[in-house]
Amino acid sequence: MSEITREDVQHLAGLARIALTDDEVTSLTAELSQIVDAIATVREVAGDDIPATSHPVPMANVLREDVVGETLTHEQAFAGAPSHDGERFRVTAILGEEQ
Amino acid sequence: MKAKLMDFDKALELFEPVLGFEVHVELGTKTKMFSAAPNPAHPEFHGAEPNTLIDPLSLGLPGSLPVTNETAVRYSISLGLALGCEIATSCRFARKNYFYPDTPKNYQISQYDEPIAFEGQVEIELANGRQFTVPIERAHMEEDAGKLTHVGGSTGRIQGAEYSLVDYNRAGVPLVEIVTHMIFGAEHDAPELAKAYVGAIRDIVLSLGISEARMERGNLRCDANVSLRPRGSERLGTRTETKNVNSMRSVERAVRYEIQRQAAILADGGTITQETRHWHEDTGATSPGRPKSDADDYRYFPEPDLLPVEPSRALVEELRAALPEQPVARKRRLKAEWGFSDLEFQDVVNGDMLHLVDATVAAGAAPQSARKWWTGEIARVANERGVEAASLVEPAHVAELQRLIDEGVLTDRLARQALEGVMAGEGSPAEVAEARGLKVVIDESALVAAVDEALAAQPDVLQKIRDGKVQAAGAVIGAVMKAMRGQADAARVREIVLERASG
Repeated sequence: MSEITREDVQHLAGLARIALTDDEVTSLTAELSQIVDAIATVREVAGDDIPATSHPVPMANVLREDVVGETLTHEQAFAGAPSHDGERFRVTAILGEEQ
Repeated sequence: MKAKLMDFDKALELFEPVLGFEVHVELGTKTKMFSAAPNPAHPEFHGAEPNTLIDPLSLGLPGSLPVTNETAVRYSISLGLALGCEIATSCRFARKNYFYPDTPKNYQISQYDEPIAFEGQVEIELANGRQFTVPIERAHMEEDAGKLTHVGGSTGRIQGAEYSLVDYNRAGVPLVEIVTHMIFGAEHDAPELAKAYVGAIRDIVLSLGISEARMERGNLRCDANVSLRPRGSERLGTRTETKNVNSMRSVERAVRYEIQRQAAILADGGTITQETRHWHEDTGATSPGRPKSDADDYRYFPEPDLLPVEPSRALVEELRAALPEQPVARKRRLKAEWGFSDLEFQDVVNGDMLHLVDATVAAGAAPQSARKWWTGEIARVANERGVEAASLVEPAHVAELQRLIDEGVLTDRLARQALEGVMAGEGSPAEVAEARGLKVVIDESALVAAVDEALAAQPDVLQKIRDGKVQAAGAVIGAVMKAMRGQADAARVREIVLERASG
């Protein structure tokens, strides 16, 4: 049985910017433990000789030629934007920084 | 608040610096890493208006799906090979999750546990002749983020800003992040090693032709990790990661600053906070950013929208065969080809002008002429303005300037005036010369008239020349040059003065 704590769930919710009620934290703590356990079971079955599955159909190297395609106009780009100055998107100043 | 700093030599006496670097290289492909939107790091799309090089993927619109750029993969493999790395037989992309408006998807596509290239080394030669091997841990592919401009407040920085404006042109630009292992043993050379390392990466990238590698444009960005440990201690100290260092000179200064700052704290019995710090070019200091979060907090997981990249061995060998020579070997070759003295060559290397002189020579200038421009007038102006020489003028323009002198169109002095115009953004040397009316007066009759006038105005000088005191001619030559507003060939004026005086 994995040891997911309420604090773990609260931390994860914070990282994911999801607001949870106390009840939700309680139920998610139990559910997340079960999910982690389920994954652990699958892991036991897959030995070192079995590569990780990245796609249901085994494929690789699906690449695109370096050729310029269509771009959005300002009108299209800003169509769904809550705020903009005609050239750039306008967002609330957020304390933090680029990663 | 100004941090307390310890004298550099004293700091080195007490502590051993341990370095690490993360260098981001923007690849100059035509399109972005995962979409067909134009790449602002490609010369064709420089200076585009904000939010014109975007498509649904750049904005993270629902339903848009990434497809990997083949050229970006090839460039990444070439770079990995040039760094002496092994190339993965199979690698995957991962999502690095974080919330910030520069990344509208709320995650950056990167590589986590499966980088395309790993375990290499870069050979570096310091100005004092010391050879150094920097161990490379990995080089992985990822995408760049958009650009934020903070509006309001006084400084343009985030503190006190009222809102931010976002330009997503840069979102999705292909990046390779090169991560070193911890670097031990740099000692007093640590700041210079930092600069030399970034210079070596820049040279490699330029020789591969995969990026313009202009630091002032953000094509090449360096984060410098610095930690100190007391002499005799095996245990590593806490490190800081300094960001926002966008010139080679700044990298050197930032590393020196962090060594001095951390040493002062540790010597006072304090502790170093593991954090991101920001370099400020104006004050020459770093300031604290956010505490560094664990990789766990990014909740990396395999990118489900992309398939693995499995470079064939044939491709890897094809790219390996096409690699240019190593920077250290190139340096030796250029020194021999150019025929510079040790001192002249060292001057070029120390000024970080090897690639500039090389490009100027490639554009047709004689090596010595190219060297004189870069280490002379251009270096002087760069110093004066506190900017990088490369940001002032294009090598091709320097070659053109020299050609105008060689062809007798401009004198040295006029060429310097033309250069001034070129640096002010007035166009190419020929355009500036034309617009400013700079040209050597070759109208002999005008010269002769000017000489006669000057001689008539200074009869005492005329007498001296006639008495054989040839050096007195200088006063007349000066007067003629002044009358001609410097647009005459001084050597020719001298000839005419002597001719007319004796006549």
